[in-house]
Amino acid sequence: MICSRLTSACLPSLWIDRAAIHSPWLLPADASAHGPALDHHLLLNLWVALALLTLAHLILLIGLFARRHSEPTRLWRIEYLPLTVLALLFASLTLKAERLWAASRYTGASPTALQVEVTGVQFAWYFRYPGPDATFGITRPSLVAPGEGNPLGLDPSDPHSADDQVTSQLVLPANREVDLRLRAQDVIHGFSIPEMRLKQNAVPGQTIHLHFTPTTPGTYAILCTQLCGLGHYRMNATLLILPPNQFATWLAAKQKAAP
Amino acid sequence: MTPPFNTPPAHPHPTTVNIRTLRAVVFTTDHRVIGIQYLVLALISVVIGTLLSLLMRIHLVWPNWPLPLHGPILPEDYLALVTIHGTIMLFFVLTTAPQSGFGNLILPAQIGARTMAFPALNAASFWLTAAALVVLLGSTFVPGGAAISGWTAYPPLSAITSAGPGQALGMDLWLTSIALFAIASTASSINTLTTIIRNRCTGMTWERLPLTVWGWFTAALLSIIAFSVLLAAILLLLCDRHAGTSFFLPNGDLVNGILHKGGNGSPLLWLHLFWFFGHPEVYIAILPGMGLTSMLLANFSHRRVFTYRTMIATTLLIGFLGILLWGHHMFVAGLNPFASSAFSISTMAIALPAAAKVLSWLATTWRSRPSYKTPMLFALGFVSLFITGGLTGPILAQPILDEYLHNTFFVVAHFHLIMAMAGVFGLYAATYYWFPLLTATRNHPGRLLSEPLGHLHFWCTLLGAYAVFLPMHLTGLAGEPRHYAQLTGIPGPGGSLSPAGALLSHTLPLNQFITYAAIFLATAQLVFLFNLTHSLRKGKFASSNPWRATTLEWHPTMNPFTLLTASDTPEMSVHRAPCHYQSNKSEVSFLPQWEPIPLAQDEIEDATDTKPE
Ligand SMILES: [Cu+2]
Ligand SMILES: [Cu+2]
Repeated sequence: MICSRLTSACLPSLWIDRAAIHSPWLLPADASAHGPALDHHLLLNLWVALALLTLAHLILLIGLFARRHSEPTRLWRIEYLPLTVLALLFASLTLKAERLWAASRYTGASPTALQVEVTGVQFAWYFRYPGPDATFGITRPSLVAPGEGNPLGLDPSDPHSADDQVTSQLVLPANREVDLRLRAQDVIHGFSIPEMRLKQNAVPGQTIHLHFTPTTPGTYAILCTQLCGLGHYRMNATLLILPPNQFATWLAAKQKAAP
Repeated sequence: MTPPFNTPPAHPHPTTVNIRTLRAVVFTTDHRVIGIQYLVLALISVVIGTLLSLLMRIHLVWPNWPLPLHGPILPEDYLALVTIHGTIMLFFVLTTAPQSGFGNLILPAQIGARTMAFPALNAASFWLTAAALVVLLGSTFVPGGAAISGWTAYPPLSAITSAGPGQALGMDLWLTSIALFAIASTASSINTLTTIIRNRCTGMTWERLPLTVWGWFTAALLSIIAFSVLLAAILLLLCDRHAGTSFFLPNGDLVNGILHKGGNGSPLLWLHLFWFFGHPEVYIAILPGMGLTSMLLANFSHRRVFTYRTMIATTLLIGFLGILLWGHHMFVAGLNPFASSAFSISTMAIALPAAAKVLSWLATTWRSRPSYKTPMLFALGFVSLFITGGLTGPILAQPILDEYLHNTFFVVAHFHLIMAMAGVFGLYAATYYWFPLLTATRNHPGRLLSEPLGHLHFWCTLLGAYAVFLPMHLTGLAGEPRHYAQLTGIPGPGGSLSPAGALLSHTLPLNQFITYAAIFLATAQLVFLFNLTHSLRKGKFASSNPWRATTLEWHPTMNPFTLLTASDTPEMSVHRAPCHYQSNKSEVSFLPQWEPIPLAQDEIEDATDTKPE
């Protein structure tokens, strides 16, 4: 937490300004715990690319406009030295990227994380909360019946399924880690929340875990980013981040409304 | 010693008889005619592909514009446009033109060979490629529509006929087209490899091969490896579609209300097989252009290629690493995160041979006062676009950054700059440079394309390329995903404008600019088409070696376009590596590979790796 505050403090303020969402020029606002470090690394990479781009073009242009010159040049100075510098530069960027990647993906969520299941279906996202028993009921593809209010095919004979809550909006508490179980019912979908700096394909036949901690209450876009058919562009949902007490109220109301 | 340019053959063929001419052109096994056939096919393809991309751009910013004779562009129409544009450009332009087109036209001459190793196979490859194009274009007219799964055709979408529009007959035809192309490309590559290995003339050692030949050689190696895997994957997918297998389908997959029960396959298998082909494919498209750029920079700078041997090594190294890093397309696809780390490192590694190439190009032109003929301008443009597009590669190679950028327009910008634009600049450089060899006939020497029009074409294209693709990085950073048929007014789950709609619509002003720039870029190509058609008949006649080149395709007896009989072509032998230039204050002299007289300087031939000239 301290680490991410530090990195966000040293960024240009424009970069993380929420007003940036209205500008086509920059990243959308960042509302997740791991996001600032990612943004910082991305910005660093963009600056490095821009610097190398400028440098290479300058060398090209100066070389083209300068007087002809045929003195022998030492190979190490224009071949091995630049290559070594580039190798070190790219190695250090890789190393930093790997550390960030490992932090978010090498291990799973903590056991106390909030469990939510995400299912992608042509062309909608469904979210399932396990209910007070903290266990997801069994789903069967043969029982899927969106018209009868059972889009995920929950098996009524499984005692765990009775208290499961299925929603079309993802509601999460701020500042608590979430453990998402990502599934797809039909084809591959891309689960993406740009403002949470989160993207992971949902693959039929696989359950993929993804964990993150939202920080800033608000509403955010959930997109599908893997071409999944003609409705791909309108396969979106809304993420609502609530302060923890409001989330508890929402969850209780949801459970009371359940039959 | 060398016969004068274009000695008329002793026994001219009887003229007239259109049918015979037609048959001769259609069923020819002459590699030069086949090369032209490939180039014409690529030209038709690039015109179609460009028009499709304009329709996409126009639809994105003016979604209500009705397409003449068609009406409004529906989401499935947009996705069909995306799919056909990607397929046609990648396969029938960027693979076909450099590898099969210029490969056939120039490669044998450059190594001092009379013909390709397997002339009949060569003709068969061309006609398979043409059939593949016809099948692809035909797929847009079948009931159910053209395939809409993008050029990557991920199952289960592509594996189940009822998964939506374009997944029935359209997808079968798409797969058939690519399968035919894969067979043709493999056969053509075997031909290329055999020709390079077997048909080199006396003295043409591996270290004296022009770098273009090394580009073709490596691309052909990659083609054989990659396309055979693609072909296998397509056959498996066709089995899944029609023979009840489930290589790519998990048990209990429920698509459009139809439950798939069966084996326990995985869509990830397709991703592995497809990208094992798909990534080398982009190097197949770009390697010949890289080789040509090296040669042109040296030629017009009157210098040797800086670090010639290293350039050979980096070409092979790029090819080798190119088949080890397919997984960087799969960081967020459901791959084990540890595997992502491995693929990330192998992808970063390829930046080094690529950087070594850029350093060589910069060193070759450094303080050289080159002559700015149009081929040189396009070679310089290639360098610029290669740098600009290449530098975003390492960014996308980092899984943590790919987690945000994957499938956004940032990726579209990256690969269009490095593969499509640099690739096309390589093709333009080749066309302007080799036009005299394309147009020489029995009756007259080759012609040159107009230089003023060439300069105009170059500057407009460079400006257009950057104006279209630089801003796409920004729309990508802003979160705009690929393959979205619509950016504005996307309804949320409740029907009102959703956060998704708000996120996407704020890139609209920038997208409008990109569309205007794309229209400008496409219009600028009319200058080229005019130059081409005009110069074909009225262009200036070229001398036998107009660019003072050192490679064998400019040998006087190699110049005539039509095939010489064996007696007309004296045995050729090669005495040195290409690009030997010498300069003092006023005069630049050059020493072709075929010229036996050594200059004093020539004694230290290959020791010159230590200095730029
Ligand atoms: Cu989807
Ligand atoms: Cu989708």
